[in-house]
Amino acid sequence: MKANLATTTDNRVRGDALIELVRVSRSFEKKRDVAVKIANTMGLGAKEEIVQAVDRVDLVVRKGEVVGLVGESGCGKSTLGRMVAGILPPSSGSIYYGGKSVSALNRAERRAAALAVQMIFQDPFASLNPRMRVKEIIAGAPLYHGLVRRSEVDQHVDLMMERVGLDKTYKRRYPHQFSGGQRQRIGIARALAVNPKLIVCDESVAALDVSIQAQVLNLFMKLRQDLDLTYLFISHDLGVVEHLADRVAIMYLGRIVEEATTAELFSKPNHPYTTALLKEVPRLDSRHREFQTIKGEIPSPINPPSGCHFHPRCPHAMSRCRLEQPKLMEVAPGRLSACHLNDGK
Amino acid sequence: MRGKILGLVGESGSGKTVTGFSILGLVEKPGRIEQGRILFNGSDLRRASPEELRDIRGNRISMIFQDPMMTLNPVLRIDTQMIETIRAHKKISYDDARVLARDALGKVGIPSPDERLAAYPHQFSGGMRQRVAIAIALLHKPELIIADEPTTALDVTIQAQILSEVQKLCREVGTALIWVTHDLSVVAAIADQICVMYAGRIVERGSTESVLDGPSHPYTNGLIHSVPGNNRPGTPLQQIPGVMPSLLSLPVGCSFRQRCRYADSMCMAEPEFNAVETNRDHIARCWHPLAEGRPA
Repeated sequence: MKANLATTTDNRVRGDALIELVRVSRSFEKKRDVAVKIANTMGLGAKEEIVQAVDRVDLVVRKGEVVGLVGESGCGKSTLGRMVAGILPPSSGSIYYGGKSVSALNRAERRAAALAVQMIFQDPFASLNPRMRVKEIIAGAPLYHGLVRRSEVDQHVDLMMERVGLDKTYKRRYPHQFSGGQRQRIGIARALAVNPKLIVCDESVAALDVSIQAQVLNLFMKLRQDLDLTYLFISHDLGVVEHLADRVAIMYLGRIVEEATTAELFSKPNHPYTTALLKEVPRLDSRHREFQTIKGEIPSPINPPSGCHFHPRCPHAMSRCRLEQPKLMEVAPGRLSACHLNDGK
Repeated sequence: MRGKILGLVGESGSGKTVTGFSILGLVEKPGRIEQGRILFNGSDLRRASPEELRDIRGNRISMIFQDPMMTLNPVLRIDTQMIETIRAHKKISYDDARVLARDALGKVGIPSPDERLAAYPHQFSGGMRQRVAIAIALLHKPELIIADEPTTALDVTIQAQILSEVQKLCREVGTALIWVTHDLSVVAAIADQICVMYAGRIVERGSTESVLDGPSHPYTNGLIHSVPGNNRPGTPLQQIPGVMPSLLSLPVGCSFRQRCRYADSMCMAEPEFNAVETNRDHIARCWHPLAEGRPA
């Protein structure tokens, strides 16, 4: 298994990879309370509860592309996004930025890498400090890191606000004086203020109304062209991802189950989970339809099913799926899927 | 209409939730229903006495909220809450009520309903809680259910499960349903009729097909074209400029005027409902309705 993973890693072109995750995992441990600790000393070994939020994930984001990361709540997509953005260290595995492992960088390099990856959050109401003026919110990071001189701050803030389509006369206002869509633009301006290369968007349009969502999505696409940005776009909304992404990775319970170019993934999904997901998305052009539902819900990541995590809900599950975890393998050039069904083909 | 599903669509602040609340007389002070009539089976609910209204609520009309915890009491077991609801409107024994409650849970797809009756709301996942709330809404086989964004907080696969349950129930029991949502694609999937709301008013109404295929109001058209799945990937989405005006300071005349590309001096006067030429059941509140096939 190890040999197999090594070859898939080597096959990738390191040159154009902006960020690369190799076997990255993140687990969260539930703190044991006093009673459990006492019980443990007396030999009643209570099991620790460990949530494996992200489980040995390999993912490459190449320069200039938009990678969509799709999954339902609790599948670990936000945790993965946070690790990419450097907010959360991985429990194991390594993250390469520009071909170098982040943990091996020196201080200055690490700072440069951290600034190059910025994040835009889901909730435009919770992610802005209500006591700071827009100008302070946008200017904070570039000032701290010495990217702009104090005398040039005003100009810099004006430029950022203009870029995201905010009126620069508003810069002395507070966040509560803006609508949801405008606040999300402030969040985008804050991320852009340190000249990032990669932006991690974690459900960045999920809280917005459809007409406002369209405005913000258009802004994302325009910024990508103007500033040559790369995006890791995390969303549960397949319609949004289909529209924006070049490549899509589907996550289920901490693992990537399928990865392909957007066109291929949406036209002929390989993994049964992807197939089911695509079938259940309501679309404007399908009227009065019958929903063919996947049974059950996402199992708890504290106690995930053995073998393939999807097997209890999968219509094609065989006995092997219960026992053996399918590897994420190349099923066609540039197309990965983790399903035992592919072995028979 | 009995057994039919009406989709009430609008963005946040368009008044769709308040419309739902008004029907049941749930508008909180200082809000009040200023004028108009609410006809339910031909009788005006606004003239109903508090007792009559109490008899209707939960019995003949029931409501499903976005957050199931608005329906459920966190400190009471599910069976207590369900049996209480049943016995409020029906004179039957505790044990019979429990059987009814169990059947209702089974009908919305909750596994082992017998054991689950004794559980507390926090022991359920979000999707399961919403099912319990739906089961409670269905207890008395109401003639009308008002569902206020019941699947917005849920995942796609769970949403699909709930939508399929609801469809089945409407067909089997003959319940009419008002499905309040901001998501046009959900409405497209289940609704027979669509009402589009903007800034507190219904701006367009018609059958799902006629509204979605040939929207007449520029707002509806803009909304349809803002949905990413409805555009070619990678191309800029057609966007509606600006934001919805505050209900405190609505513009004179058509409230969509300031965001509308067809607006002219005529729009300074408030438009009335007009039937779309080809279809008398499809009406829109606009001075310049889009003709079918006219480019957006």
